[in-house]
Amino acid sequence: MIRFDNVSKTYPKQNRPALDNVSLEIEKGEFVFLVGSSGSGKSTFLRLCLREERPTTGAVHVLGKDLGKLSNWKVPHMRRQLGTVFQDFRLLPNKTVGQNVAFALEVIGKPKSAINKVVPEVLDLVGLGGKESRMPGELSGGEQQRVAIARAFVNRPMLLIADEPTGNLDPQNSVGIMKLLDRINRTGTTVLMATHDQAIVDQMRKRVIELDKGLLVRDQARGVYGYQS
Amino acid sequence: MRAQFVLSEIGVGLRRNLTMTIAVVVSVALSLALAGASLLVRDQVNSMKDYWYDKVEVSIYFCIKADHNSPQCASGEATDQQVADVKAALDKMAPLVQSSTYESSQEAYKHFKDSNPDNPLLAAVGPDAMPQSWRVKLSDPTKFDVIQSAFAGKPGVKSVDDQRKILENLFGLLRGLQTAAFVIMVLMLFVALLLIVNTVRVSAFSRRRETGIMRLVGASNFYVQMPFIAEAAFAALLGSALASGLLIGGHFFVQHWLAKKVQFITFIGLSSVMAVIPLLVVVGMGMAAVAAFFTLRKYLKV
Repeated sequence: MIRFDNVSKTYPKQNRPALDNVSLEIEKGEFVFLVGSSGSGKSTFLRLCLREERPTTGAVHVLGKDLGKLSNWKVPHMRRQLGTVFQDFRLLPNKTVGQNVAFALEVIGKPKSAINKVVPEVLDLVGLGGKESRMPGELSGGEQQRVAIARAFVNRPMLLIADEPTGNLDPQNSVGIMKLLDRINRTGTTVLMATHDQAIVDQMRKRVIELDKGLLVRDQARGVYGYQS
Repeated sequence: MRAQFVLSEIGVGLRRNLTMTIAVVVSVALSLALAGASLLVRDQVNSMKDYWYDKVEVSIYFCIKADHNSPQCASGEATDQQVADVKAALDKMAPLVQSSTYESSQEAYKHFKDSNPDNPLLAAVGPDAMPQSWRVKLSDPTKFDVIQSAFAGKPGVKSVDDQRKILENLFGLLRGLQTAAFVIMVLMLFVALLLIVNTVRVSAFSRRRETGIMRLVGASNFYVQMPFIAEAAFAALLGSALASGLLIGGHFFVQHWLAKKVQFITFIGLSSVMAVIPLLVVVGMGMAAVAAFFTLRKYLKV
């Protein structure tokens, strides 16, 4: 699903690499936490997976494609096969919940009939059934993040990438979001989630990948947030 | 591609940027109107050339008695033999010389009297003051030089005159106008381009949230950029419609007002104006779309 082969990334005008010779593999259907302090290279890792950046050296394979060799015009098609969720939700405030989810399908040219069918389905799935015509501003943070997850999942992607999805939420809402992501993972979708949320990582007991100053310092099955022998 | 979705996005974009859109529309309209005017003046000059060059003649004037002071007429009034010699030489110059007609001093005096009935000179001069001449019609009016060099300085010939020279002044004026319109057009076009670039930039910035999500969910570059390009092209379409209106308005002004004042010129018709309009629309929209496209490459990372 995701494979990093000796990947390093150095941003222009910076001496220290943001990611330093990282090699790892994430299999289909896994649920993986990506942890590490700020500046450890988590965001760079995710940006490489989304091909927002290209590695300086090494190769990044996502969904069976070598992203370093993927030509620009093929990138949109690649991104359609994965979903992304962010800390700040990234919803359109002037569109309703339903329109926000539909927007993701409209802009990739899906027909109206298909959109009308799948949008209520996916909103039901994330627990927002009946809230289709509400505006994002009327919803709680947890509900807004559910809308964002619905938008990311509406195409049934093989891979869901979440960048601190619970970063703006209280513990109760965070648990709700994690249950939702776990349910999505059970449908067979691989989930890669960067987080700072120690309680969640410790509770879920999933694979943990830890980065520190760009180096891969830990890759542990059924791990916790901090070091454990 | 869903037309309704795209159209509503364009409408939203144009309204959000209304003042900039108006500036784009007006500057595109002015620059296109000037471009059209410049093209039409060229058409006008060409049609006048066709019309007038067909009518103009080269005149070969012969010496009269009063000319004995000028060097080319030192031998006095031209003899009938000299006039006949010139005619014979002209006839040999077919096909360049299409036809040549003789105008006697009497006829020249009569023409002068008819066209200048109030001229005070009339009282002082008689037919003797008017030179006899050959009026020569050329198959190619621009080859005046050939006649000039063949007959200037021949015995009895006082001068060889090209009527085209009178028209050249008028054409020169029109060409000057055309150049002025062209220069202003280039400047306006430059302003219009800068405005389009700026409008697209502002539009891209105000819609960065939408485009960010579009990129995220894998909308194709075409889908992401198209609303901006369509917006610019639509503003240019409005501008070129306005420019067309200005040109048609200008045409009716010329036809109903100027044509009455200046009767010796045949003005080009509405069909010429109509022929220019599609060109303006295509150039206007194409220019705007291309400008938008290159602006987006810089301001909309895909």
